[in-house]
Amino acid sequence: MPIMTVIYALLLYGAAAVFGLGVSYRVLTYARTPAPLKIPTMPAPVTRTGVVFRVAREVALFESLFKSSKWTWIFAVMFHLGLLLEVVRHLRYFIQPIWFWTVLVQPFGVYGGVVMVVGLLGLLGRRVLIARVRYISQPSDYLMLLLLLGIGLSGLAIKFLDHTDIVSFKAFVLGLLYFDWQPLPDSPLLLAHLSMVAALLIAFPFSKLLHAPGVFFSPTRNQVDDARERRHLAPWAAQLEGAGDEV
Amino acid sequence: MAKVEFKVPAVGEYLEIPDLQPGVMAKSAPFKAAPRHQQALGFPGELVENWEERAVAKLGELLSKYRSLRVHLDACVKCGSCADKCHYFLGTGDPKNMPVARQDLLRSIYRRHFTLAGKLFPRLVGARDLDPSVLEEWYSYFHQCSQCRRCSVFCPYGIDTAEISMAAREILDEIGVGQKYCNEILGKVHTIGNNLGLPAPALANTLEGLEEDVKEDTGVDVRFPLDVQGAEVLLIPPSADFFAEPHIDGLIGYAKVFHQAGISWTLSSYASEAANFALFIGNYEQMRKVALRIRKAAIDLKVKRIVVGECGHAWRVAYSFWNTLAGPFDFLDPRYPVPQHIIEFTHDLIERGAIKLDREANDHMRVTFHDSCNVARATRMGARPGGQFVLPREVIKASCNHFFDMAPETIGEKTFCCGGGGGLLTDELLELRVKGALPRMQALREVQQEHGVTHMAAICAICKSQFSKVLPYYEFPMETIVSVHQLVSNAIQLGTNS
Repeated sequence: MPIMTVIYALLLYGAAAVFGLGVSYRVLTYARTPAPLKIPTMPAPVTRTGVVFRVAREVALFESLFKSSKWTWIFAVMFHLGLLLEVVRHLRYFIQPIWFWTVLVQPFGVYGGVVMVVGLLGLLGRRVLIARVRYISQPSDYLMLLLLLGIGLSGLAIKFLDHTDIVSFKAFVLGLLYFDWQPLPDSPLLLAHLSMVAALLIAFPFSKLLHAPGVFFSPTRNQVDDARERRHLAPWAAQLEGAGDEV
Repeated sequence: MAKVEFKVPAVGEYLEIPDLQPGVMAKSAPFKAAPRHQQALGFPGELVENWEERAVAKLGELLSKYRSLRVHLDACVKCGSCADKCHYFLGTGDPKNMPVARQDLLRSIYRRHFTLAGKLFPRLVGARDLDPSVLEEWYSYFHQCSQCRRCSVFCPYGIDTAEISMAAREILDEIGVGQKYCNEILGKVHTIGNNLGLPAPALANTLEGLEEDVKEDTGVDVRFPLDVQGAEVLLIPPSADFFAEPHIDGLIGYAKVFHQAGISWTLSSYASEAANFALFIGNYEQMRKVALRIRKAAIDLKVKRIVVGECGHAWRVAYSFWNTLAGPFDFLDPRYPVPQHIIEFTHDLIERGAIKLDREANDHMRVTFHDSCNVARATRMGARPGGQFVLPREVIKASCNHFFDMAPETIGEKTFCCGGGGGLLTDELLELRVKGALPRMQALREVQQEHGVTHMAAICAICKSQFSKVLPYYEFPMETIVSVHQLVSNAIQLGTNS
């Protein structure tokens, strides 16, 4: 087995483990932390179903961002939609036989890469050019954009400049899944692409990428407006009841 | 007190996003609480010795108690969509008044102590250690947030700077650095029952005076009952309604509505305050203690309903938190929501034709309505979402002929804070308050020029006090600000259906 195959196999296993465990731990922490008070940003839905739609609009359409800044919204949608298309397109490396809809997505997936990179450049441009956004940016904010740009550009380069042997790459991926390692195609672009993807997975649970699970747990968005109808009491707050109350 | 010297911002054609002026508001800070104000609430009297340790420990405790804090500190991607949404940033240009930058004052400490990235690579992720300069920044800039939640409307993750500033103020109290204005007032509520420190005899006296005034004015015996057992309704107004203009005209309006509807009501000398400043300092136990006074008053007076007067943050605490803090209210009449807002109460009477209003009585006014931040973004009125925008406007329109809304991006859920909310309504913060009022003043100037608007109605005691103070700085008459129930009071036809 080539040494590169071993290194990358271990790297990708490790990255997947850090990502999976790290995000699960974070999500569990969010889920276990009580929200003692009703704080939905009003007007808020008065039913659970309404809240499901509110959060869905936030996740799928970036509703609040649209209210705020049209340019940021456009670039953010381009980036996320492009990334989503790419992730779906990349499913073909993980499944055999390939699902019908994954086949359908393939031709659009290529545009996804381009749209994603343009969106990222737009977001980076804002961060550099607008004084307010520059003021609030930390090195990690730029690095994250550069990392994603690197992933997008290296992916596009693999597609358009230096096509990799995707049949043997698929064999490598499936080999990882079934613990039957196959050699990784020897392509510097592919190695770069994979390294950056691994870095992104590892950074995910420790960075602002936690906005992805976070949006589902934000009490201002996921609470029902029913404070008068239903008594809402956190366990730690319930313990205060009775002790020393005058009533 | 000597007049604070500062430049009042110019009101332009439209609201401009200012250039960044780092540090221009760094010196703005409210007076610190004296040891006796602190100790009365169970907080240390002065800065404790191991304050760094205590502050981090308190942050850890709050992280485990409030999901909002944990998620909101993690989720920010620094997209900047909140950056130009805060009235204090728009009025001052100080970049630390951008909501995200304000949050970062606390987030940087969170990252340093509670995240792996911040422990390993502090520079990379903007993490920093707690030191006296951080403490000073916290005290200054977390008292430049009125907790109005406008930023949270625009945040893709609903990050609410109010939650962050409440947590920061709670940490500050925990290490002995409290704010005088809020903490002194809370002490008064606990001992006397209202923010003013108005004792029962003085309150009774005030109410008697009001009865005489109304009698003189209208010839009708409108009562202002105090501590009447067995009344149908317990009214909880903000105590500013007892003495300040234009608040008191609102109180007269409530009394006329009760009188005309023939519904018995009472005030309580034990709980004569709707305001709950514990919200501003983010302290659950204090907030609960204040709320329990109202529960006790309702039980002792054997009332069937509780109605809350015109007060923004009080309506937030009442609508969103009372059931949690002081519920269940199963001893009250289940046919009515607990609590009800006086606007809901009056609106219902108007709809049923139980009170008659003569709009022409207010024909000398051309009125607009200022949505108060807490009512708009933290509560509801009526059965439908957004009722908090509809009901007050319907009550106003039933009371006057000339109503004009301000620009849509400055009302409803996008309303601008008056500039004095969140425990900042104190004289030493006047510069901040005047500058923070700029976006509202700009919108008011527009309707004044377009529609000849002469008056702005509000349903919040803080808004009313704040506008009375800052309107003259922008060359509006102080009397521009009116209570919604002042309009009702002018228009109501007493004695038409007894």
